Amino acid sequence: MLRNFQLTNRQSPITILLLILVSLAIPVTAFAQDADPTAPTDDEVNAIAKEMYCPVCENVPLDVCGTQACADWREEIRMKLAEGWSEDQIKQYFTDRFGDRVLAEPPRQGFNWLVYVVPPIAFLAGVIILIRGVQSWRRIEPVSVGDEPSPQAEEIPADDYVERFEEELRRREQ
Amino acid sequence: MTEAENTTGVEKARESSRPKWGQMIAWVVLLLLLAIVALGLKRTQEGPVSVGKKPPAFELTTYQGEIISSADLKGKVVVLNFWASWCVPCEQEADELEAAWQTYKDRDDVIFLGVAWSDMDTKAREYLDKFGITYPNAPDLGTRTSQAFRIRGVPETYIIGKDGLLAHVQIGPFSSVSQITALIDPLLDQ
Amino acid sequence: MIANLGFGALTAAFLVSLYGIGASFYGMRQNKPAWVDSARNGMLLTFPLLTLSALCIIVLLATDHYEVEYVASVTSRSMPMYLKVTALWGGQAGSLVFWSWLMSAFASAVTLRKWERDREFLPWVIVVSLVTLAFFLGLNIFVENPFTRLWQFPSGQVIEKMFQPAASSLFYPRDGQGLNPLLRHPGMVIHPPMLYLGFVAFVIPYSFAIAALVTGRTDDRWIRLTRRWTLWAWMFLSLGLVLGSRWAYDVLGWGGYWGWDPVEIAAFMPWLTGTAFLHSVMIQEKRGMLKQWNMVLIILTYSLVIFGTFLTRSGVLSSVHAFAQSAVGPLFFAFIGLTFIASMSLLFHRWNDLKARAEMTSMLSREALFLLNNLLFIGILMVCFWGVIFPLISELFTGQKVTVGPPFYERANGPLMAGLLLLMAVAPLSAWGHSTIKTLGRAVWKPAVAAVSVVAAVVFSGISNLYAIIGIFLTTFVMAVTLYEFGRGAAARGRRHGENFFLALWELIKRNRRRYGGYIIHLSMAMLAIGIIGIEIFQSETQGSLRQGESLTLGEYSMTYDSLAVFDAPDNRNVARAVVSVSKDGKPVGELYPRRDFFYDSQQPMTIPGVRSTIEDDFYVLLVDWEEISTRSATFKIYHNPLVKWMWLGCWVFIFGTLVAAWPEKESGLAPVLASRKNREAAKA
Repeated sequence: MLRNFQLTNRQSPITILLLILVSLAIPVTAFAQDADPTAPTDDEVNAIAKEMYCPVCENVPLDVCGTQACADWREEIRMKLAEGWSEDQIKQYFTDRFGDRVLAEPPRQGFNWLVYVVPPIAFLAGVIILIRGVQSWRRIEPVSVGDEPSPQAEEIPADDYVERFEEELRRREQ
Repeated sequence: MTEAENTTGVEKARESSRPKWGQMIAWVVLLLLLAIVALGLKRTQEGPVSVGKKPPAFELTTYQGEIISSADLKGKVVVLNFWASWCVPCEQEADELEAAWQTYKDRDDVIFLGVAWSDMDTKAREYLDKFGITYPNAPDLGTRTSQAFRIRGVPETYIIGKDGLLAHVQIGPFSSVSQITALIDPLLDQ
Repeated sequence: MIANLGFGALTAAFLVSLYGIGASFYGMRQNKPAWVDSARNGMLLTFPLLTLSALCIIVLLATDHYEVEYVASVTSRSMPMYLKVTALWGGQAGSLVFWSWLMSAFASAVTLRKWERDREFLPWVIVVSLVTLAFFLGLNIFVENPFTRLWQFPSGQVIEKMFQPAASSLFYPRDGQGLNPLLRHPGMVIHPPMLYLGFVAFVIPYSFAIAALVTGRTDDRWIRLTRRWTLWAWMFLSLGLVLGSRWAYDVLGWGGYWGWDPVEIAAFMPWLTGTAFLHSVMIQEKRGMLKQWNMVLIILTYSLVIFGTFLTRSGVLSSVHAFAQSAVGPLFFAFIGLTFIASMSLLFHRWNDLKARAEMTSMLSREALFLLNNLLFIGILMVCFWGVIFPLISELFTGQKVTVGPPFYERANGPLMAGLLLLMAVAPLSAWGHSTIKTLGRAVWKPAVAAVSVVAAVVFSGISNLYAIIGIFLTTFVMAVTLYEFGRGAAARGRRHGENFFLALWELIKRNRRRYGGYIIHLSMAMLAIGIIGIEIFQSETQGSLRQGESLTLGEYSMTYDSLAVFDAPDNRNVARAVVSVSKDGKPVGELYPRRDFFYDSQQPMTIPGVRSTIEDDFYVLLVDWEEISTRSATFKIYHNPLVKWMWLGCWVFIFGTLVAAWPEKESGLAPVLASRKNREAAKA
């Protein structure tokens, strides 16, 4: 715990200095802390950040978002990791702070179940419709089983030329 | 030929009952969809909370652990400022806001409230220390308050009159102390 | 002056479209073909008018007319000329004009075709295209006018108005705000036009479908007439999507090409229905089935095009791609509602005329497999649509904002896409009408053995990821089947005509362009799938802070931080450019220059990766951070993206395949065939 406090303290002067120097665009990392062998690596931070989104840059995952806000968030993840928090705890912490939107998927509870349940149901409905459709097709015109479908232009007076043209195209493509 | 005609006749009879259901479902789905999009659209078109209307209620827990809710602030002029430590334009107005607060802090009918949006606590506290901000500040837990006010970015400031109605919306930073006081002073005599 | 001219042309085009709609209706009602012809001429006239209008905007953009609000909002003095010109589609108002211009080009082209045999379609095709066109022009004239100028009153107040208000004078800002930095990329110059081309071209098959529904000529004539249009539309849409991915890969600095962003999905959805449509029309042509379904698909495609445009432009969804919030939303919404309701009413009105007239004889027949293909495409569409719309629903009902991100889409769409690959492998070998396990099995076993042996080799080489093995099996299976089809066809032809293999192959493709063009597209899809499998399953990444001279290693690759320079570029941006040297297996393979651009005018950063791309893998370096001033140390993020290049290569194959399938054929080429058939018939009689 004590070490972590030092970590934060050591970081703050640099951060403040840089905050004055640079605009929001340029992210800040305290390079000093890389010397600490037990400090969480960038990869560990990114592994968690990859599945999170910050409200500042919507739809851009936290691990690749270039804004200062996201850099701060990653820094926070790093600190929590250093304090020994687990991935789930960290995600829970961020969810409590900023709402469900920080997660890459809605948490599986309450109203959110809809997002997971509807697509499979719709797909099943599609399968059922397809099966029933095929069954009804099987029942149509049990007499005229031929290789060629019968010409379809019954509704309109058949244009002889068009019909032959159509036929021809059909034949050519088989 | 007659057989074929018969089948189509049977077909027709069967079809006339079945697709009606399909059609109904299709229409219901379509209308539901349009309704959802319409509501979503209405929301985006509304923009920020409008001046002269009652602003949304809020409850905030400050960095000092004090709970401030909009219900407790009745009869006071409330200056609700959304900010973030990573936001450069916020820094431009930080000193002005604090200076303006200094002129009102002894009155009991004006309160300034800062709300840190999408900000980490450590960074937010550093920011408050750096600019020596003395009025209460709170994190926006669950981004609920910012969502209720439909803010589009930071800084944004909402000034609520003693009558509990929204008196002014400031998008972007204030440029001077006098700009702030000019907005607050008329509200004090309400 | 130029602004007035442009606005005049725009208004004229709008009025002409309205006239065309009226004249077409009147001509139909009164049965006076002269009026329909007049409407047709009106449609042709919109094209030069809109060309003039678009040219006016381009001139204004190129010559720094910042008194025009649109010019000031998308360009600045420091931008290079090609970006100034292409800023035509860099903002809402200009891109709407561009949309209308493309739309009128397509509509004019379609009215120029020979209409003798399809007179009854003409008025309706004109009405549908002109209604669409008039809607977009209306948006331009009443809401998003690109020619609005800035006027200053003596009091100093500046307002935006098209025409000069009393007691005001033109206001000339010193400089414009400049284009959104994300759009300042050559890829962005061609990505939107491609996408728009795809979008507008789908209006043509839709308008024919509506014409068929209204006139009751519901045979497959409309499909034959629009087949090539649909293919072109589909090609442009596909290219737009691929170019967009390429832009994301090169510019957005995600290490990826596709982020399942709502706006990406909005462009992807019409592609899904369009692809399903391209397949299912073949069933209608060959078997006279699925007429209703094809109507549903083309109506859906058109609606999704408009819906996608709406999502991008109304601000309903937040996204990196979204245009700024605007008043076009409600109008778009009304238009969408109208088209949806009108098309659906028409469709249900004709529902029974569209009944199938053939039967489904086998579940393994080509048509049955095509149906499955459609089911899978629609399944993916459902997932995408639901994922896009759910955050909206959630916010409305619970007040909670949620993110529906890549994990959701990947989990749901992965199996569906695998199913599509499997179908792509099996379906070309199945027969129309009758097909049994036996006939299919006889055709399939050879390519299947080839694919299995490739998979065996892959497993033997040490890859054990189950998804990867399935994916590799499916893609090699598709490739094997497709090549086998080419080989089998050419060999058979060679035997019959005594041609050598290559001549036979050439003749085979030439005579069945649609079929073999389609197979070439299948090949390209398999290549695309290889790239996707490579990056989705085998991507690896690491990040680290390096001092100058230190190295970071990822797999066989290692990169060394050499130096970093921070400087201001002339176009008003600050550039931090690092030099890193890359080595593979210890051997140096070159230098890369990842950089971070910061645009002063919009206060936006942009991360441009350094990429070394080979057929085998990409090595992708991002500059994440650096120590100010001294630049002694910097943080890099590196990705190893195997096989991504196959995606971009597949894209070329894809263009080639579509050209083979869609290149116009002389109709006269049909004459000898028809003649010979007539002779045969005469002989029979």
